[in-house]
Amino acid sequence: MGGIPHDHYEPNSGGEKWLHKRLPIVGLMYDTLMIPTPKNLNWMWIWGIVLVFTLVLQIITGIVLVMHYVPHVDMAFQSVEHIMRNVNGGHMIRYFHMNGASLFFVAVYAHIFRSLYYGSYKSPREVTWIIGILMYVLMMGTAFMGYVLPWGQMSFHGTAVITGLFGAIPFIGESVQVWLLGTPNGSISQPALNRFFSLHYLLPFILLGLTIVHVWAFHTTGNNNPTGVEVRRTSKEDAAKDTLPFWPYFVIKDLFALAIILAVFFAVVGFMPNYLGHPDNYIPANPLATPSHIVPEWYFLPFYAILRAFDQDVWLVIAVNWITFGIIDAKFFGVVAMFGAIVVMALAPWLDTSSVRSGRYRPMFKWWFWLFVANFILLMWVGARPAEGIYPYIALIGSTYWFAYFLVILPLLGVIEKPDPQPATIEEDYNAHYGPKSDGAKPAAAPAE
Amino acid sequence: MPTTVPRAMAPSQPLHRPSEKGQELMFRKITLTAATALALTAGQATAAEVDIEVTDYAFPFEGPFGSFDQMQLQRGLQVYTEICAACHGLELVAFRNLSDEGGPELPEEQMRAYAEFYEVFDETLFDGEGDFRPAVPSDHFPGSNLANAPDLSLMAKARAGFSGPYGTGISQLINGMGGAEYIASLLTGYEEEPECALEGEPMDGFYNVAFAAGGFPASCIDENGKHMVPGSWIAMSQPLWGDDVLYEDGSPTDIESVSKDVAAFMMWTAEPKLVARKQAGLTGVLFLTVLSVLLYLTNKRLWAPHKNKE
Repeated sequence: MGGIPHDHYEPNSGGEKWLHKRLPIVGLMYDTLMIPTPKNLNWMWIWGIVLVFTLVLQIITGIVLVMHYVPHVDMAFQSVEHIMRNVNGGHMIRYFHMNGASLFFVAVYAHIFRSLYYGSYKSPREVTWIIGILMYVLMMGTAFMGYVLPWGQMSFHGTAVITGLFGAIPFIGESVQVWLLGTPNGSISQPALNRFFSLHYLLPFILLGLTIVHVWAFHTTGNNNPTGVEVRRTSKEDAAKDTLPFWPYFVIKDLFALAIILAVFFAVVGFMPNYLGHPDNYIPANPLATPSHIVPEWYFLPFYAILRAFDQDVWLVIAVNWITFGIIDAKFFGVVAMFGAIVVMALAPWLDTSSVRSGRYRPMFKWWFWLFVANFILLMWVGARPAEGIYPYIALIGSTYWFAYFLVILPLLGVIEKPDPQPATIEEDYNAHYGPKSDGAKPAAAPAE
Repeated sequence: MPTTVPRAMAPSQPLHRPSEKGQELMFRKITLTAATALALTAGQATAAEVDIEVTDYAFPFEGPFGSFDQMQLQRGLQVYTEICAACHGLELVAFRNLSDEGGPELPEEQMRAYAEFYEVFDETLFDGEGDFRPAVPSDHFPGSNLANAPDLSLMAKARAGFSGPYGTGISQLINGMGGAEYIASLLTGYEEEPECALEGEPMDGFYNVAFAAGGFPASCIDENGKHMVPGSWIAMSQPLWGDDVLYEDGSPTDIESVSKDVAAFMMWTAEPKLVARKQAGLTGVLFLTVLSVLLYLTNKRLWAPHKNKE
């Protein structure tokens, strides 16, 4: 696999040979687990395992919750409280599931920023990147629909806001909204709850399928690594100098990281399970009382900020509105900006013109990248603030930087930046940290970076 | 579900038998409160940015090791029964829950006797025509008697949303301030109407410095649109004045103590599995810490031959 030369599975016993001829499943598992992995991977390469673990956690806790949940507008809220009060261990299972969504997004954002910094999205890993973005979008859809199921105040009015976005699409918006909600007048009721429930159960399994494709894709190209330098494929011996097998070296390393992350996760679930949620969702949905301040979950906030940033006072919005004879109004512009923010990120492999993969050897890129991370946190904060006073301006500046990063900075940097020298091989980079004792360096406790 | 109606507001039997241990716990708690109580004004994230005054009362269930004070929950139940229940329901709580571990832990016969003070309408009685009968442990508390009095079952979790400063939620995280602090602050937050309110039209409701979502007189808003006084006008009239109840165990019945007792009780009705959850969390954190140490050592040993070769 991976075009990286390595030993393949050889069936030994009679039984193994018999099975291998008919279904080479052991060989597939062997090649997957023993894949040569760049030995200089740092701690930012652990998030993939965390994501797989979280997906499985969410599916298992979710299946148990469905055994007790009732998808009916009059009973959904009560059934969740029934889980919290009467089901054995139900309160823990529900809090795991609720906070599992947050763990999922912490991990996915770390994973995405890792890719952006080390240029993991660049050729030949564009397909891995695109599938990853697709999974991220599916995750957002799943998380949103899951938030609707308890049928609390935020569930209900959040649904009104989000499905209202689709209503802003010119010409077909109203039909799309009717199709999403299942009611002719845009009211949110039983049909909406039923289809969200159905999709919330379906999408995780599609995510599971895409996970397999995602892993398959990067097992074909091989892992990226902190240097961005490819594993030598000239011979099996050369490849072995750059890599170590995934099992046991990276499995144990990843499990160690996972155990620490889960200790923090357990502390959140045990001691502050509602900190990341909104208290209004403990009030049963009431169509007649709109919460004064509708806020999405924290992981949506940067995009929520982008959505609200482009109001009718922004000159770009006014210009577009005028050019399109009012077809693209401020509301639709915001929707386009929000989805566009993810689209430009998906196009990063083609927008980034630099031939150097890793940000480690890109002196100018580094600054812009960390500004991008800071901007992401700023957008997250401003997304939770009311759209008044100075906040819309901050949101507008942050949104502009988001687009500028992908559409202007990444294309330009590749042309004007003079990259630092890169190591010739992964072995060279690795030995610089843990190499032969010749340089007399003390062994570092932490790996590269 | 059968409908439940309260037959009598005050149970004739004592709800709790104070033990010496309980007394001691309460005493320590009260001195602790006096030392740590400090008024924090947290920005409520509403469109109008109403300032509310929420006091960071100390509760025994705070922190990773905190748990409910059984005696306090029993006193809170008494306050709820004698005062709050006149208008507010507690629909999500069953009478049997009063004997559950980690809750008020009423002895079973007391819990049964308490339930019998309530009458439920049972559809199966009287040849399917339905009739009233005394409540049994599996019945739930009744719903609210007044249309605009919200059910109190989840109030302590539904009213934890004052996440200042600047919406970061840091005061909530650091001080552990949540719905119980809010409820106690609301019950003690009734004050004389401020001067500015007397200038305009008389307001509906009652001035409360901890309440954000109520009406607010235009005469108390300055030229920049800022509120000149904290809080707003709440529809509920002041329910507690001090010495509203008589505790069997001789605990103080000043307005602050009684408010805290009923707020603690509401924390329990909102999160009855709080103690079990914290224990599970602690076990999980300890177990995973040990596991990560073991995995760290395994990982170190595994990689050693590939690092710093001799």
